Amino acid sequence: MNVTTNVDSSYLKIENLWKYFGKFLALEDVSLEIAEGELVCFLGPSGCGKTTLLRAIAGLDLQSNGSILQGGKDVSSLPPSERDFGIVFQSYALFPNLSIEKNVAYGLENTGRSKSEISERVAELLALVGLPDQGKKYPAQLSGGQQQRIALARAIATSPGLLLLDEPLSALDAKVRVHLRHEIKDLQRKLGVTTVMVTHDQEEALAMADRIVVMNHGVIEQVGSPTEIYREPSSLFVADFIGEMNQIPAVAGNSGEVRIGETVMKSLDHKFSDGEKIIAAIRPNDIIPHGDGARSPGAEDTIETDSNAIEVIVDEMEFLGAFWRCRLQHAMFGERELIADFSINAVRRLELNEGSKMLIELPKGRLMAFTPSEAAA
Amino acid sequence: MSDATVEMKGAAGKPIRGKLSRDDIIMRGSMLVIGLYLLITMVFPLYAMLSKSFSTYMFDLSAYEVQVSDEGGATFSEPVTFADLNSTLNVVTEGDLNAGSDGRLGVTQFFPDFSFRSPVNYRIRNTSDTGRFLVGSTLNDTTNWVELDSNTFRRVQLRPVESRGLDNFRAYFGTPALSNSIKNSVMIATISTLITVFLAFWFAYALNRSCMRFKGFFRLVAMAPILVPSLLPGIALVYLFGNQGMLKELLFGASIYGPIGIIIGSVFFTFPHAFLIISTALSISDARLYEASVVLRGSPWRTFWTVTIPGARYGLVSAAFVVFNLVITDFGLPKVIGGQFNVLAVDIYKQVIGQQNFEMGAVVSVVLILPAIVAFTIDRFVQSKQVALLSARSVPYAPSPNTKLDWTLFGFSSLIAVFIVGILGVCQFAALVKFWPYDLSFSLNNYQFDRMDGGGWGSYYNSIKLALLTAVIGTAVIFFGAYLVEKSNGFRTGRTIFQMFAMLPMAIPGMVLGLSYIFFFNNPSNPFYFIYGTMAILVVSTVTHFYTVSHLTATTALQQMDREFESVSASLKQPTLKLFSRVTVPVSMPAILDISIYLFVNAMTTVSAVVFLYSPKTSLASIAVLNMDDAGDIAPAAAMGMMIFYTNTAARIFHLIASRGILQRTQAWRSR
Repeated sequence: MNVTTNVDSSYLKIENLWKYFGKFLALEDVSLEIAEGELVCFLGPSGCGKTTLLRAIAGLDLQSNGSILQGGKDVSSLPPSERDFGIVFQSYALFPNLSIEKNVAYGLENTGRSKSEISERVAELLALVGLPDQGKKYPAQLSGGQQQRIALARAIATSPGLLLLDEPLSALDAKVRVHLRHEIKDLQRKLGVTTVMVTHDQEEALAMADRIVVMNHGVIEQVGSPTEIYREPSSLFVADFIGEMNQIPAVAGNSGEVRIGETVMKSLDHKFSDGEKIIAAIRPNDIIPHGDGARSPGAEDTIETDSNAIEVIVDEMEFLGAFWRCRLQHAMFGERELIADFSINAVRRLELNEGSKMLIELPKGRLMAFTPSEAAA
Repeated sequence: MSDATVEMKGAAGKPIRGKLSRDDIIMRGSMLVIGLYLLITMVFPLYAMLSKSFSTYMFDLSAYEVQVSDEGGATFSEPVTFADLNSTLNVVTEGDLNAGSDGRLGVTQFFPDFSFRSPVNYRIRNTSDTGRFLVGSTLNDTTNWVELDSNTFRRVQLRPVESRGLDNFRAYFGTPALSNSIKNSVMIATISTLITVFLAFWFAYALNRSCMRFKGFFRLVAMAPILVPSLLPGIALVYLFGNQGMLKELLFGASIYGPIGIIIGSVFFTFPHAFLIISTALSISDARLYEASVVLRGSPWRTFWTVTIPGARYGLVSAAFVVFNLVITDFGLPKVIGGQFNVLAVDIYKQVIGQQNFEMGAVVSVVLILPAIVAFTIDRFVQSKQVALLSARSVPYAPSPNTKLDWTLFGFSSLIAVFIVGILGVCQFAALVKFWPYDLSFSLNNYQFDRMDGGGWGSYYNSIKLALLTAVIGTAVIFFGAYLVEKSNGFRTGRTIFQMFAMLPMAIPGMVLGLSYIFFFNNPSNPFYFIYGTMAILVVSTVTHFYTVSHLTATTALQQMDREFESVSASLKQPTLKLFSRVTVPVSMPAILDISIYLFVNAMTTVSAVVFLYSPKTSLASIAVLNMDDAGDIAPAAAMGMMIFYTNTAARIFHLIASRGILQRTQAWRSR
């Protein structure tokens, strides 16, 4: 899903944001626009500034420079209590001595609502998050996933214009996490509330976000839909942080060509000039196995680009359930090995074993060139 | 948000200045108020004391000029200074020129022919604006000539001029009778520390690491000394080993009045403090280390030295410094049983109350602060290390029965229990006996406090009033203060300064605090002069005296609370004070109750700070014990001491019941 942002319809507008902690630069000239109703994920390794950016949007840690506009109003210097947002923290921060009902009702008090209105709204919210009967319990009596949903209910109780989620799922078990991913996404669609979520889990970001903002060292590396980010990473960092990526030291040829060792391969168009040192990159699951029966029966096995086909030796094979991970040797990679993920069917039909020789192709539409630079850990 | 950010890499435009929310303003305002409170009740008085210790007073004879007339009273001689006169007459020596702040020097001694009946007139003036002299009670501080007949001239008195310098300290260290106290105090504190820590360690070891019986009883007994003033064991020791003591022979002719008495009494009153700290250290040891030692075939002896002692070392060091600090700053006990043996804390009292030499009292205070601050600093450092020992994966150690060890430790613990209960029992016995050692029949005569010096039953009720006020006001101020420090946004410098103020009282001995209050508050030009001599100043001084431990208890409880409550509350547009009353206070209720009972018990037993500050109307029970003992009414003193004990015991029981009740109501959420 690709949400195009119209500049005029942007709900949250961040302009040239800088944040220093003492001498440490946590955010460097960050600008970003978020459309109304969008779910945007800030993704990056720890210390990349994603939480700092979220806290600046909330007003919890004020930026050093730059402005934030929400719904057309400049909120840059306002304290949290004068902004319009609901927030869910990693710890949920549920009030332990108040019942679930009281927790959810907390923000509804002193807002001119009558008692019956409040309890109606609380019941409605508890039903919305799927915990209609738990109102009388205390937070400690609920499971982590249930507490998380209560925190969500509390955050949206006053119908804020913006929902901020700070690593909301990271304290949960893997299974509960996957389940809640969908629930949160559904709820967000149902309410249509503009949502910003901070996460370091790329899978979570890919599954939930309309758009992903990849950050590193206080800078936005790339903004785009999950498929854009995955298919067309703009830098080696993004390529490596999202999904997996083979990185092969290489030299640029003309645009659309890279030279690995002595071999010249066709690649995606790039901006490097002939002879520049680059990193050629390809994802393990983009590598195509060739040979008799590599394709499903009946399909013809054709090599698309001859120059990109090489014969390799299978050095190691690792069974990972859904596919085989193979480490492939070839003189052009030197000491390094190329990692390729082959389907179980392909491995069976090609009768691959450790030590087998096989033909592979690095499809030119998937072979990318990047500036050699630090990659994500 | 500082200006410096602009110069750093790239950032354009002017830095953002956050707008303060109403909550921010309220919280900063409140912090300012409590910070100001600490400033007035601690920092300013200490400063006043410090400056007092450096101020010396001296008569400056060259600062005055006189003229003498002839018999006719109209023709005057050339002006001369008193210094000129003295250089020929030598009526005043160098030493006579040193004075206290109230010093006065008559002037007629400089005129050998002086007669108040003579018709001679005198003129006198200051040579500079700083000079001062009295004519009767009128102060003259101008350089104008004052003409006086001889009858009036006899009432002229010179006033000393104040200067700053180390003279007081020179005098102090030049007087062996005074500076010997440093040696005495350090010696007493060191010996008491070694004994107490040794005994407390084995007692704590018995309770945590053995399977002996009656652990609950022993634990209860060990805490009893906290409930009585430190001077009570002194009274018991007088009954046991004094000149008419029951067990006097056991000392083989040595006198209990002096170091022996102070040390035994100190061990008694510091025991629970050391026990608590060491017990905590021993209770968090990790069983896996013991298993490892057994697997590696370490002998029990080796295990003890390689696992037990290293695990408890921070606790031992911390306990040692706490005990050292308590002993060296204690006033009540050496006052009662110290005899001719001088220690620092008593010296302050003697200088101030006995000799009215406030400057010297201030000097001794400064001397006493130094070891106290060193001990305090090391203790804080060690305490900060202790935390790291506890890992979430530690397995608690469960002792296994060992008949020989268990019974040995049981015997040892019983001896300690006999010592503690014995001291209290002797006091109770002394209180009930009609006239030791001649009439051993029981009576309640000694409880007729109104017939003794010391303020009677009134002082007992005053003590309860003080304890209640301290508990209520102190808990409110301290907890709220800790909340502001822990949970307010930004304002980092302010919070750091506040935190420093809050830690300071622990390093300030009570005697020093009390004395500094005299200097600061007993000054008519101080706007808070009106609280001097009232119950208010007693409450204020007691709250300040015990501020730090309470503050730390509150801080620890608050730090365990989720850091994001305030953020959530702000995002829900609810005032922070609502969060404070609806969530913070109920969740912290156990800590709040602990703080209030701590303040109550200490307010009941404290002597040191308040001994300088009570007035006849606000005498206290603990002070009454001191004064009755001083006046020789030892039995009533013991009776009053036991009244404090029973009151504190009752308060503790009440606290226990109340906390149970409150906890059941407010902490229902704790149970699953």
